[in-house]
Amino acid sequence: MRIALFITCLGDTLFPRTGQATVAILERLGHAVRFPAGQTCCGQMHVNSGYAAQATGLLERFVRVFGDDGVDAVVSPSGSCAAMVRHHYPRLAEEAGDAGLREAVASLAPRVFELSDFLVGELGVEDVGAYFPHRVTYHPSCHATRVLQVGDAPLRLLRRVRGIDLQELPEAAACCGFGGTFAVKNADVSAAMLTDKMEAILGTGAEVCTALDSSCLMHIGGGLQRQRSGVRTLHLAEILASTDAGGPAHA
Amino acid sequence: MSDRALVLGRIRSALADVPADEPSAWSWAEDPDPAAAYRRGRRDEDRAVLVERFLERCGEYSATVQRCEEPSLVAALTAICERHAVRTLLVPPGFDEHRLPPDLAIERDDPPLSVERLDIGDAVLTGCAVAIAETGTIVLDGGPGQGRRALSLLPDLHVVIVDADRIVSGVPEGVDALAAAVTERRPLTLISGPSATSDIELTRVEGVHGPRRLEVLVVAPSGEDPYWAAAERG
Amino acid sequence: MPDTGFPAAARTALADTQLRRNLHVATHTIRDKRLRAVAEVPDWEELREAGRRIKQHAMRHLDEHLETLEAAVQRAGGTVHWAADATAANRIVADLIAATGEREVVKVKSILTDEIRLNDALRARGITAHETDLAELINQLSGDTASHILVPAIHRNRAEIGELFRRHLPDAGDLSDDPRALAGAARAYLRDLFLASRVAVSGANFAIAETGTVGVVESEGNGRMCLTLPDTLITVMGIEKVLPRLADLEVMLQLLPRSSTAERMNPYTSLWTGVTPGDGPRAFHLVLLDGGRTNALRDTTGRQALHCIRCSACLNVCPVYERTGGHAYGSVYPGPIGAILTPQLTDLHGGRTLPWASSLCGACYEVCPVKIDIPTVLIHLRGRIVAGGQAAPRMEDRAEHAGMRAAAATFRRPWLYRLAQRVGLPVARRLVRHERLMAALPGPLGRWGAVRDLPAPPAETFRDWWRGREETP
Repeated sequence: MRIALFITCLGDTLFPRTGQATVAILERLGHAVRFPAGQTCCGQMHVNSGYAAQATGLLERFVRVFGDDGVDAVVSPSGSCAAMVRHHYPRLAEEAGDAGLREAVASLAPRVFELSDFLVGELGVEDVGAYFPHRVTYHPSCHATRVLQVGDAPLRLLRRVRGIDLQELPEAAACCGFGGTFAVKNADVSAAMLTDKMEAILGTGAEVCTALDSSCLMHIGGGLQRQRSGVRTLHLAEILASTDAGGPAHA
Repeated sequence: MSDRALVLGRIRSALADVPADEPSAWSWAEDPDPAAAYRRGRRDEDRAVLVERFLERCGEYSATVQRCEEPSLVAALTAICERHAVRTLLVPPGFDEHRLPPDLAIERDDPPLSVERLDIGDAVLTGCAVAIAETGTIVLDGGPGQGRRALSLLPDLHVVIVDADRIVSGVPEGVDALAAAVTERRPLTLISGPSATSDIELTRVEGVHGPRRLEVLVVAPSGEDPYWAAAERG
Repeated sequence: MPDTGFPAAARTALADTQLRRNLHVATHTIRDKRLRAVAEVPDWEELREAGRRIKQHAMRHLDEHLETLEAAVQRAGGTVHWAADATAANRIVADLIAATGEREVVKVKSILTDEIRLNDALRARGITAHETDLAELINQLSGDTASHILVPAIHRNRAEIGELFRRHLPDAGDLSDDPRALAGAARAYLRDLFLASRVAVSGANFAIAETGTVGVVESEGNGRMCLTLPDTLITVMGIEKVLPRLADLEVMLQLLPRSSTAERMNPYTSLWTGVTPGDGPRAFHLVLLDGGRTNALRDTTGRQALHCIRCSACLNVCPVYERTGGHAYGSVYPGPIGAILTPQLTDLHGGRTLPWASSLCGACYEVCPVKIDIPTVLIHLRGRIVAGGQAAPRMEDRAEHAGMRAAAATFRRPWLYRLAQRVGLPVARRLVRHERLMAALPGPLGRWGAVRDLPAPPAETFRDWWRGREETP
């Protein structure tokens, strides 16, 4: 399958290892991965913060960059960015009143996938040949769970990781309190939500907390690190890319 | 401009996007989309099952529920009244005289009793229009033997006789059965257990303003007992 | 409506440990119960979709249904009044009460009458309104306002309520804090009031256009008392509560109790059609209030906020509401539904910070019995408020506008984006070494840094890595 990687601006700039891991997994499964260099940001921050008007140009860019006929699927290691394209793009294109954009979005959006959803739902793969001998707990991030409805795909993948000690996270479905600009616009509520999420994570005795979104992990991981808790955050892709050889295999 | 014209005008201008030929109401009967196809009129209609379910669910509201056959109804009622030390039983007009306990003082709401009298009443006995198995709900529609609303509201104990053939499976069937009463502009009261509040720390407390106790007696016609047979077999 | 701002009010609420404790217990209890009540219904998702369609059609043809309702109520012996705004509604109700010669009325819990501040308006006309719902009574006695749609005194615990009753209710000097005893005291106190009152004021959960039937869904029986015993009943209802057909009740009466109190059915539902000789009030008045609802109706995305049936399931699952409680919203409609309803009812003049009082986690949409897509409406309203420039006066808002515009301009030009990465990353690498300094910064960076470290920026971006990989044979 010809796959285009949608790395997201956050992943490109701050979490390149997540992108590298995504490439490693897909290539290990025998798929050709392309990285359209013209990609920047899907516009989620703008849309969610009330600047949808500013995001129209980003929508057009996204559709132009990824709307290539030679691509079977666009895969992203971000639940919220994939949800942005799949769920909000059609509405935004409608509001922009541009028929061409509307059609382009309608044809592209269903081909945009979050990584775990793509692996399990589209490729039918659960065992990606990963080895990760650590105690891990999984936080189901909101947009992947409630908008994309990825269900237990991430857990199916994790359960097949050799050596892993997977711990169930209590109150898993509760939001971690990130919410994009919510984290700074309602910093006090966000911090209260983060505190409860960290307490749940620490209660599992896990050494690693994983999720499908680098943004949520940045928030959770930032809190865990501030507390010197000894628990780190790692994107699901990085766990799945780990092998006996150690670390994400950089092809 | 009157407020009426003002409000209607605002509504009409707000709805400029709505096509003129769009149906103004939605109903399951006109829209076959499976996404909205909630179960309606397709539930198990085995009466024995319905009766059992009603007894179970009504009982879960901490109403006292029991069943009996017509010939033992009077004895069952007498026992209930004894258990609650009822001195006088208030009864609505149109209540079947044969069903009244013979040794008990009966006071009929005909002509209508004062609210002060109702307020100090020990107990009221009524029938019901419909009962809904799925939710354990009893519906009074002001029909014969059910009385006006105040009668079944003020006394401390409400004894309801539910004829087994009045039990329907679910809420849709219940609403169907009540359509005639609504057309005749009779007021309806749906009762699901005794009154309750969860206003203090979400702790459920029963018996706030309505009758504090609800006794429900499901009655099958007689003899053969076709209504419970299947349930007991099962 | 005062707009003190959610973030500031939330900060105060978060510091109230008793409130946090009460809310946590209450919301988690009802959440678990709701899950069980819903799991029992095999066609729950289809019912939700049916509920959504019923409300959507009702709103899209609201004028027709209201006229049908008006005619049906009048045929059944009731009188219908129209009120464009709160002032008009209050005047109508006060005039109707004054015409009976009564100075005291009993009230069934109604959020709408809180919205229009009816009790205050009546007091100004020398009329005393007695709240009869237990929680509303608690709030009225303590001079407090509701903090939850369904359980308005959810912020109070039994000890606080016990203290209140011992102070205010007659013969309650040695009352215990047991909820049973407290409810019993309220019963005794209110019973005399019910028997003596000749006028009642209520809200309505539904009104059926085709039959003119009005419905009140309740638990305690105070509704039945108010709807049955007085001579005159005045019902004030938002225009959005109309349902086209009687059969619509078969859907709503399944969705509402399970979503709201997590019961198969609430203890009492009263449905009445005009006036019934020999049973209940001899005069029935229905007041139909716009009060800003047509503002919401005008917004094709925001319109769905009017579908709300006031079950409060969205409050109970909301992680923000769970921690701040209802008062922080500064609105009679708190929680996620309040965050989309209040700004629209006030034409974006009030509750302007409310659309941001959400992490957009979507738990509200997931439980909404009529499938209101609250997160999408929140985002949409954020856009309207930003576009209207109404959030502009503060320095930080201006900085945000500029920042967002600059970011969009950057993201539209890949060369500029790459340049920003190249310049920004080294700066960021230096910054994170001084996290204490960061936490002390004003604005968003400081608020982030108050409780979280920033991630260490990488040595190279993904795209740099990719280019290097492609260049390596």
